[in-house]
Parts: sequence; structure tokens; C-alpha cells
Amino acid sequence: MLKCLRADLHIHTCLSPCADLTMSPLRIVQAALARRLDVIAICDHNSAENVQAAMNAARGTDLSVCPAMEITSAEEVHVIGLFADAGAVLNMQKKVYDNLSSGKNDERLFGEQIIVNEADEIMGYSDRLLIGATSISIEEVIAGIHELGGLAIASHIDREAYSILGQLGFIPENLPLDALEVSSRIESNQAKHLFSQISAHPVITSSDAHNLDEIGKGVTIFQVERPTIDEMRHALRNENGRRVLLEK
Amino acid sequence: MKIAEIVKSCKLQVLSASGSLDREAAGGYASDLLSDVMAHSNKGDIWITLQTHPNIVAVAVLKEICGIVLVNGRKPEQDTVSKAESESIPIMVTDLPAFELIGELHALGLRGKR
Repeated sequence: MLKCLRADLHIHTCLSPCADLTMSPLRIVQAALARRLDVIAICDHNSAENVQAAMNAARGTDLSVCPAMEITSAEEVHVIGLFADAGAVLNMQKKVYDNLSSGKNDERLFGEQIIVNEADEIMGYSDRLLIGATSISIEEVIAGIHELGGLAIASHIDREAYSILGQLGFIPENLPLDALEVSSRIESNQAKHLFSQISAHPVITSSDAHNLDEIGKGVTIFQVERPTIDEMRHALRNENGRRVLLEK
Repeated sequence: MKIAEIVKSCKLQVLSASGSLDREAAGGYASDLLSDVMAHSNKGDIWITLQTHPNIVAVAVLKEICGIVLVNGRKPEQDTVSKAESESIPIMVTDLPAFELIGELHALGLRGKR
């Protein structure tokens, strides 16, 4: 039976240098449940080291946590990879780490990068330059996500910074993106009107939450049987009665 | 000033459309945000960037940019070179950082404002 699942597929944790330190797995899960979300995706910049903790924190609740990562391509375009399981996102993380700009994070300049467990206990700090870019082209980023069975979504295309439209001017023809994400700062209907003209890609909206208040500020409704990657893929492609709706 | 003179003077390496170097560069524009180039470059500009994605060729055609210089030793993707070849857009490369190259172009008399 098809259900309408409310999804916010772009949430950072305290591992992202730019995110609030209160963005710990347990608090994120509690905030998501309080805002009646069914699915969230944990998308840190170029890392997935808090994904498993968030999945564990949601265990036994009604919330599904999708393992994900927000990857910075060589063109400095942000692309979200959503994956079926933690193993896949960690494989992607390896590829990203192998190609991430060298240098160490400066906590004073960029912020702390905290690795935590499902009880919100600090396990350590990442000293990688997660704010940096990889040397992987956007085409290769998308191919890498697809090889691991994931979905590739261009982040916040309505923003200038780090978006495909800002960095590359337009969406290259035949780029096999599974969806485009518009941020919550523009009206969903307006976004769909504006951006459906330039591309045949499906559109979703997410919060891109960097603090707890922002969680659930952008919601996409997936009409699917279950919150799996395969079902979400069908929904994005409008297949088998599955579809997506932007919540206003 | 002809692109060929710029190539010679700044010791650029030409990777595509070497038959189109007799074009005039009317001025210059430097940016790595392609959306910004689409909004603000002028017809006839030579464009200084470090973006190597094939989209740079489409932007150059759209804006009637006379040629693209990739700085800092950046190498274009293969697809970028073949598109540039078929669209007759010269792509040139230099090991110089953008600041140095733009200084040389300015000394040659090219301007960003005109």
C-alpha cells in the first residue's frame, strides 16, 4: 500500500564545520520526530562519519535515516548522494577522501568537525579539510554515486554559491541527475515553475539544516510503499504510481 | 589585439581552434562562476578562468567570447577540448596564476571595462 512519507533529505550534523554544534544524532532524530518527518538524510560535507550514529539513534523509532553525503565536485558544485545502506556511503566516502583537497581543518576559521556516537558522546574530531573540494568532476561524482546504487541530487540550485547553476551556468545536457533540490528559502511552487523550464529533472525541496530549528523547513512528500532508495527512485521517476510532491 | 599576439607575448599553449587565433580580443573578463560570466562578460572578451568543465565552451559561444585561458596549469577535460574544436573556440593554458596573467594582459593594453 502506498503511503505519503514526509522527507527532509538534506540535514547536516556537527561533523560539518559550518553546522551548529548542537546538531548531534540524537537531537536531530528527536527534532525530526517532533516535526512529524518520516525520512531524513544525513548529509555532511564530504564525509559520512556520523551517518551510522544517526541511524542507530533512530532505531526503534518511526523515523528512517537515509545514509548520505554532500560531495563537493571539482567544479565546486554540491551534489547529494543518497544510499541504501551505510556500507555504500562509506565506499563513497573512501573515494571522496582519496580525492579531497589536502590540508587540515582550521577549527578557528571553519568550525569544529565532531564525530559522535548515537548517545551524542564525542568520539573524536575529524581534521580533514571537509570544507574543501574534491578533484572529482561532477560527471564522475554522479557516476560514482550510481555505481554504488545511490541517487544523485544537485543541491540548492536556487542559490549562487556551490550550486550547479551558479558554478556551471546551466545544467549540462544528459547529466544523469536523479533530482534537483531547491532550498526552502524560495516558494516550492515558484521553484518548480522556475526550474522545470530549464531541465527535465524532478525537483525536491529540503531544509539543508545546519541547526536544529531548520530541520523540516523544507519537506518533500514521497508517495511510496516504503522509505527505500528503490522506492524513492520510482517516485522521482513517477513510476508505478510512486511520485513526489513538494510540501508548502 | 589579435589572440595570436597574446599567445606569443604571454607564452600560452593553444589546445584547440588554433586556426582561429586571428580573432581580435576586445577586452578581458575573469571569473570562475559561469553564471557570473553569462551575466557580465562582454562580446569579444578573452576569458580567464580555472573551470575546465565542458560548459565553459557553451558559455563562450553564447557570450561571443573570443578565447578562454585556463590558469594555474589546469588542463581541460577531453570533452571540453573537442567541443571547443568544433565550436572554434581557442582554449589556451598557462602555468601562471590568474593574478599574474591578468597583470600581463593589462600591461598589453587589454581592459576589463570599456
